[in-house]
Amino acid sequence: MLNYVLSRLLTFIPTFIGVTLISFGFIRALPGDPIVVMAGERGMTPERYAELSAQFGFDRPIFVQFWEYLTGVLQGDLGNSFVTKRPVWDEFFALFPATLELSFCAMIFSIALGIPAGVIAAVNRGKFFDRALMSTALVGYSMPIFWWALLLIIIFSGNLGWTPVSGRISLMYYFPNATGFMLIDSLASGQKGAFASAVQHLILPTIVLGTIPLAVIARQTRSAMLEVLGEDYIRTARAKGLTSGRINGIHALRNALIPVVTVIGLSVGTLLAGAILTETIFSWPGIGKWMVDSIFRRDYPVVQGGLLLIAVMVMVVNLTVDMLYGLINPKIRKR
Amino acid sequence: MDDALSAEAAQVHARPGRLREFWFYFRENRGAVIGLWIFAVFAILALFGPWIAPHDATTQFRSDTLLPPAWQEGGSRKYVLGTDPLGRDMLSRLIVGARFSFFVGVVVVTVAASGGIMIGLIAGFAPRWVDSIIMRIMDIILAFPSLLLALVLVAVLGPSLTNAMIAIAIVLQPHYVRLTRASVLSEKQKDYVTSARVAGAGYFRLMFVTVLPNCLAPIIVQAALSFSTAILDAAALGFLGMGAQPPTPEWGTMLAEAREFILRAWWVVTFPGLAILITVLAINLMGDGLRDALDPKLKRS
Repeated sequence: MLNYVLSRLLTFIPTFIGVTLISFGFIRALPGDPIVVMAGERGMTPERYAELSAQFGFDRPIFVQFWEYLTGVLQGDLGNSFVTKRPVWDEFFALFPATLELSFCAMIFSIALGIPAGVIAAVNRGKFFDRALMSTALVGYSMPIFWWALLLIIIFSGNLGWTPVSGRISLMYYFPNATGFMLIDSLASGQKGAFASAVQHLILPTIVLGTIPLAVIARQTRSAMLEVLGEDYIRTARAKGLTSGRINGIHALRNALIPVVTVIGLSVGTLLAGAILTETIFSWPGIGKWMVDSIFRRDYPVVQGGLLLIAVMVMVVNLTVDMLYGLINPKIRKR
Repeated sequence: MDDALSAEAAQVHARPGRLREFWFYFRENRGAVIGLWIFAVFAILALFGPWIAPHDATTQFRSDTLLPPAWQEGGSRKYVLGTDPLGRDMLSRLIVGARFSFFVGVVVVTVAASGGIMIGLIAGFAPRWVDSIIMRIMDIILAFPSLLLALVLVAVLGPSLTNAMIAIAIVLQPHYVRLTRASVLSEKQKDYVTSARVAGAGYFRLMFVTVLPNCLAPIIVQAALSFSTAILDAAALGFLGMGAQPPTPEWGTMLAEAREFILRAWWVVTFPGLAILITVLAINLMGDGLRDALDPKLKRS
């Protein structure tokens, strides 16, 4: 097991350097001189240009620049945003809770609906429920979520007026961001209606972001359940006269969950990609919207740092899932 | 008499052609057949769109802006699905728009699959260290969420449909590399490959003639799935303003243009998205059918 963990960790290092290199290289490849972009329409004198160029280190050889960037990254220094002048690291962690809160709710939503849907479909294999649920799942899986978001806004915000269109909480409420998680902060503030407002703002983005994971989890649960239901021990349990609820719920589901948990872990990347679209549409102040805005503003240090942090996050989660899987299933380790 | 009998017996026992066998299994999946029909309609619209569309896709009928669909009050027979804020016919734009999505799918899958298969074959046959380098590079690409990487790539290359296609192809290609390499590694150990090698087959022959045809089944399924991913991602990029640029009637771009009218004119938002959904759904249905028909493990299960 230790060998397995070590070998996985070793492959992490070159991948990390590569990811750093890519995020570093992209910014150098972007059209337009970043310093000229920074100056805006006013322009600047050649002296000022040279000064700024020296300040950001753009006048040194590219290898030196990369080495300095890499050592900076390892010390937690990702540079400062061109636009706000604040450290990229601070901005990331100020916005990250918003994305985490949304992703967490979306994940809960998709697990809470996806696993039961998959189990019901598997138990009723080939019957009406199975067909209906799996057709719905396929529609969800094929959904352009940016359109789905607009559709939900038309129905629930426009026609019914039940949910707000954008933001995390109504402007009526103001309280300090102690944790960055609106649900917790609004509850802690003790203001009447603040929590309800936060929940209302969360509902549509959660549904939109959770739709594709929901479909994936439902499909995966169904196929895993079908595989397990064909095993001998299920027949034994049935022969012993256990109720079908007990067989399906305890004997089968528990074993079917292993691949499902893997899928859930590996969908972090999907979730972050979805967050880009969801946050942009609902003006949700999280990492996804921050990245899109920065790309449009040509805020190079932010794009560079954000790319790196997001990639590292995906890598760490995938590595953890891999290791947990190795822990549960010894067969994997031998490879 | 005897001859006729044996001929009949031979016919019964003859293995049906590969295509026939495939069609036999594919046809069993009703959803897949429906998907195939929808896809056929989509392909016809993509090829002959401008001749089928009732109006020109970019003509602005200035007196008829934001007309609702024909069945709604105020709608006109002339514009069956209504008109957009600039007075362009929705139906015509949707029909002409099919070709952009189709084009994106075909180009992205061709580029990503051919590149990925080549790299995967090399990784499978090359010495260990080349293999590790290739796979680490693929790991690096896969570490970025695909849409984010495509978005940054398009920002580097400049927003256009071509650049969006290049970006999506780069992002999708590692899946083909992994898939090809995995099947090459398992096929390579089989006896028929050893015998071909003993018979003196060179690397090129081994790679392309001996091994590759036996690795194709999962790759074909992946091609169907990435066809739909490509359409979705291109539309998402268009929606974010980083894909096809207005006035191109690309479905994602149309949605982006219509965004500010969502609460006033439901049809300008609903139909382009519905077009994307139906197309992607049809391709995914076909993909499921392909998987059932091509994957021997799942057959008859």
